[in-house]
Amino acid sequence: MKDTMELIKNCEGIAMRMRKNSLKMALLTGNNGAHLGSCLSIVEIIATLYGGVMNYKPNDPVWKGRDRFILSKGHGSIALYSALEASGIINEEKLFTFAQNGGDLLCTSHIIPELGLEYSNGTLGFGLSYGAGLALAAYKTNNPFNVYVLLGDGECNEGSIWEAAMSAPHFKLSNLIAIVDLNSMQSDGKASDVLEINLENMWKGFGWEVIKIEDGHNISQLLNSFTKPRIEGKPRVIIAPTIKGKGISFMENNSEWHYGVVTKEVFEKAMIELSC
Amino acid sequence: MIEYNSKNIRAWSLLGQARSLGNTLLELAKDNYKIIAVTSDMAKTSGLDRFGKTFPDRLINTGIAEQNMVGISAGLATEGLIPFAISFASFSTMRACEPTRHFLGYMQRNVKLVGVSSGFATGIFGHTHYCKEDFAIMRAISGMVIISPADCTELSKALEAAVNYNGPVYIRLTGQMNNPIVYKKDYSFEIGKAIKLKSGADITIIAIGSMVYNSIKASELLEQKGISTSVIDMHTIKPLDTSIIDSEISSSKLIVSVEEHSKIGGLGGAIAEHLSTCKQHPVLLRLGIDDDFQKAGSYLYVIEQNQLLTEQIASNILKQYLKLKLHTNVSI
Repeated sequence: MKDTMELIKNCEGIAMRMRKNSLKMALLTGNNGAHLGSCLSIVEIIATLYGGVMNYKPNDPVWKGRDRFILSKGHGSIALYSALEASGIINEEKLFTFAQNGGDLLCTSHIIPELGLEYSNGTLGFGLSYGAGLALAAYKTNNPFNVYVLLGDGECNEGSIWEAAMSAPHFKLSNLIAIVDLNSMQSDGKASDVLEINLENMWKGFGWEVIKIEDGHNISQLLNSFTKPRIEGKPRVIIAPTIKGKGISFMENNSEWHYGVVTKEVFEKAMIELSC
Repeated sequence: MIEYNSKNIRAWSLLGQARSLGNTLLELAKDNYKIIAVTSDMAKTSGLDRFGKTFPDRLINTGIAEQNMVGISAGLATEGLIPFAISFASFSTMRACEPTRHFLGYMQRNVKLVGVSSGFATGIFGHTHYCKEDFAIMRAISGMVIISPADCTELSKALEAAVNYNGPVYIRLTGQMNNPIVYKKDYSFEIGKAIKLKSGADITIIAIGSMVYNSIKASELLEQKGISTSVIDMHTIKPLDTSIIDSEISSSKLIVSVEEHSKIGGLGGAIAEHLSTCKQHPVLLRLGIDDDFQKAGSYLYVIEQNQLLTEQIASNILKQYLKLKLHTNVSI
């Protein structure tokens, strides 16, 4: 049995490996660039899920009893690939086939269960309906797995998110956990300037158990929010304030890095920061 | 088990395609525990009342939320269930167009999307509920199988075939209650294999959905004029049965497509796409819904406005036949 300190250390190790590999992958894309900012904000959330929360077998990614992770905000696919590598589901060699023409690991991910990829993302707003369908199927087929759906705060502008949000409490999906990556930025700038919405009130109003943590990069807070006992019949949403570009000082809260080109120079500068 | 006896066939016809959908699905669900009905507040309209009473756990209502209906169905399909996602055709294929393209197309989930009351079946509800675009939209989505049954007997056949087919299917329902019977007894149905209902030497009518019956009747009127006409039920529009078209073009003087769908992008469009690849082929006359939003009204009123009544179909075919001087011995 791992105690909490060990779990946190494990997740931190995964997070560090994910950040470094994400940078390497962004470098691989050359002048095509990558959604690095949106990926760095969710590193701790995904690291905590794979390192301390989800039930899965690295050597059997299609094991029926596994928890399902749906990355609905497709712009963060680099973080997902690096988490799959850090948790042993895919190897390093596969990871660095990222963004190759005709390859398996595209800038937005494509469903390949054998590689631990549960969903085809890219278009925003559809992951929660799909996750609700999986969660409902878990009950219908007597298969007690959990479904984790990671959404962007900008993604919550999509009406289809709220169709799904409306239905999950009705279907009493307490095996469904949504996480909102509240990085407060989207393509056109500050989220509150683009479309100001009160996410906490909205999720509450739609009948969800809402847990708002203070820091979406704090693994201990994340772990607690995931493992806190469930309320029977209620889906849970964790609103996790994060920093876009987290971990690389010149990328943090800088909308230029929503989508940017990592040159060799940028890469070296960033890696030095991570190694300090 | 579905029994194709004359009693059932008459009962289905009375109910029409929309309402016999729920009854047939219930019969299939009794033999297959994987079948699950998902609807966006359309359970009553699709005759799912008895289904819901028999299998309350297998009828999922998302409320009036078609996008969510398709997304949830996709999740259920991934876990091995066979969901039928049911709404009015206009909302299944247009409100939920991108989820359908995403989950049934791109992700190839084993969802059976059902468009109830397509064409003008909703009558006086008007244009928001009419659907003359669904073939065109669904055909453009890669990997979709698209079926539109000619009558309620064929609806049962199509539902059975859709359950046994592993992949996304769109099933388009047409017509109202008292759906005319084309198939009076059991017969063999295969996805993608059209059925030749009648053989003739001069003209070939290829029809789909509600227009199969009208085309048979129209062909009888043409016979009276001395024109011998083949009638084909092209129940599957994708994949299109091109081999049956190929066998007709060498013998027929005129090909006619008849559909309760826009003349753009539906059966006529699909046949035209195929004919354009053939070195020689007869002229294609495309009968269907005009490309505008006319005044709405009852089912028969709008059908008549679009020249799709039996007599209108026959007379428009005859006009084209004479215009092209294809006749040798027509007695008018």
